Amino acid sequence: MPKRDYSLTGASTKRALEIGLATADWYHSDISRKEIKALMKRHNGPAIWHTMLYYGLMFAFVATAIALWPSLWSAPLWLAYGVLYASGADSRWHECGHGTAFKTQWMNNVVYQVACFCLLRNPTIWRWSHARHHTDTIIVGRDPEIITMRPPDIAKVIALFFGWDSIQSFFKVFRYAISGVNADEATFIPEQERFKVKVVAQIWLLIFAATLVTAVTIGSMLPFLVLFGPVIFGSWHYVLTGLLQHTGMADNVIDHRLNSRTVYMNPVSRFVYWNMNYHVEHHMFPMIPYHRLPELHARIKHDLPEPNRSIPEALAEVFHALRVQLGNPEYRIQKALPETARPYRYDLHAEALGLTAAH
Amino acid sequence: MKGKHMANWIDACGTDDIEEEDLIRFDHGDRTFAIYRSPDDEYFCTDGLCSHEKVHLADGLVMENVIECPKHNGQFDYRTGEAIRPPVCIDLNTYPVKVEGDRVFIEI
Repeated sequence: MPKRDYSLTGASTKRALEIGLATADWYHSDISRKEIKALMKRHNGPAIWHTMLYYGLMFAFVATAIALWPSLWSAPLWLAYGVLYASGADSRWHECGHGTAFKTQWMNNVVYQVACFCLLRNPTIWRWSHARHHTDTIIVGRDPEIITMRPPDIAKVIALFFGWDSIQSFFKVFRYAISGVNADEATFIPEQERFKVKVVAQIWLLIFAATLVTAVTIGSMLPFLVLFGPVIFGSWHYVLTGLLQHTGMADNVIDHRLNSRTVYMNPVSRFVYWNMNYHVEHHMFPMIPYHRLPELHARIKHDLPEPNRSIPEALAEVFHALRVQLGNPEYRIQKALPETARPYRYDLHAEALGLTAAH
Repeated sequence: MKGKHMANWIDACGTDDIEEEDLIRFDHGDRTFAIYRSPDDEYFCTDGLCSHEKVHLADGLVMENVIECPKHNGQFDYRTGEAIRPPVCIDLNTYPVKVEGDRVFIEI
C-alpha cells in the first residue's frame, strides 16, 4: 500500500482519481422509495423544540455561572455551558449544514451560522468540506475531514479534547480575513463562493476585537468565558463522539459499513450530538433528519454490522485501533455482518485495499 | 422506461406513474431526466443529474417546488432549474412538458 498523502492535491489524490475511489457509487442498503420518502419528510416541530431547549439551557447555565462568578461553584455551570456551546454547536453545525433539521431553510441557516461562529468554523469552508466528506468519505487525498491519519498522532488526538480544532480554526480566521482560501480548500470550494470566506472572517475578527476591548475595559476574563473560551472546556464531548464516527475503520473503501460506526448512546449524549451516533445510517442516507435516524436504523439494521453498545465500548475499540496503527498503519477494524446482510462489496474497492475482488 | 418519438416530443410516462409532490427518473438514449409532479398537479422536467456531482435527483426529495439532491442536500427550483441552496451553484436545464390524456410528454 503506498504511503498515505492526506493533502488534497498530492499522490493519494491522484491515485484515488485513477482507481475510481473519487465520486464513486457507494453501497446502499435496500429500502423502498415509499419508506425513504416518509423518512426524508421534513418537519419544523422537533428541531424547534430541541433548539429552544438547547439555547434555553445554554442561557440558564451561563446566566447562573455569571451570577456565581468568580466562585468555584460556577465551575460546573461553565462546564455544562461549554459542552452545549462547543459540542452542541458541532452537531447543530452538521445537521443544519445538511439542511435537514428544520423544514424551513432560514431556520437551518440561522442555527448553522451561529454554530459555525461558536466553533470558529468558517461557514463556507465547512459547508463545502462536508459536501466533499460525503462524496468521498475517508478516501485519503479527497476527504478534508479525516480526523486521525495513519499512523496516528496521539498527542493531536488528546489536544483535540481541549479545543485544539477550534484553536487552529482561530488562527485560520486571520488567514481567511487577509488572504482567503488556500490551495487545498480551493479544490472543493467553487470560485464564486470564495469571497464569502473572507467576509465572514472579517466580521468574526471584529467580534473578537469587541470582546477583547470589553474584557480589558471591565478588567475581567468573563467575556472570554462566554464567547470563544468555551471551546477549550466544551469540545471534549464532540471529539469523543466524533472519534467514534470513523476512527479505526477502513479508509479508501466505498461501503459505509466498512468505514463508519454506529454506537448506541445515552440520551444526554444523543441530545448534544443530535443522533449522529447512527453514523452508518447517516452516511448511507444523508437526507434523513436526525430525529428519524432511529427509525432508519431499525429498518436497515439487518444489513449493518452490530452497533457498539456504549460510548466506553466504542472508545476502547478506537484507542485499541489507534495503538495498533502506530506500528501498523494498515490495521483496520472490520466488523462481522449479520447473516441477513448483503456481503461487503470488496469488489468496489479491491484495488485500493490491495485485495483480490474475490476476497 | 422506453420513450417513443412524436415529432420532438417524447412520450415519457403516464400521469399516474408519478405520485403527487414526487419525481421519477426518465432515461432516453444516453441522457437522463427527472420528471416532477407538483403538489398542484402540474408536471415539470429537468436534467436528471445534480449539477454539483452528477447524482440522480430521482432519489431526492420534492418539497413543494423544490427538489433536494439526495447526496449533498443542494436544492433546485424544479420549475425553473434555479440552484437555490449550496452546494449547488449551477442551474439545471429545464424542458417543456405537456400532458395529453394520461400521458406526459417532454420536449428535448
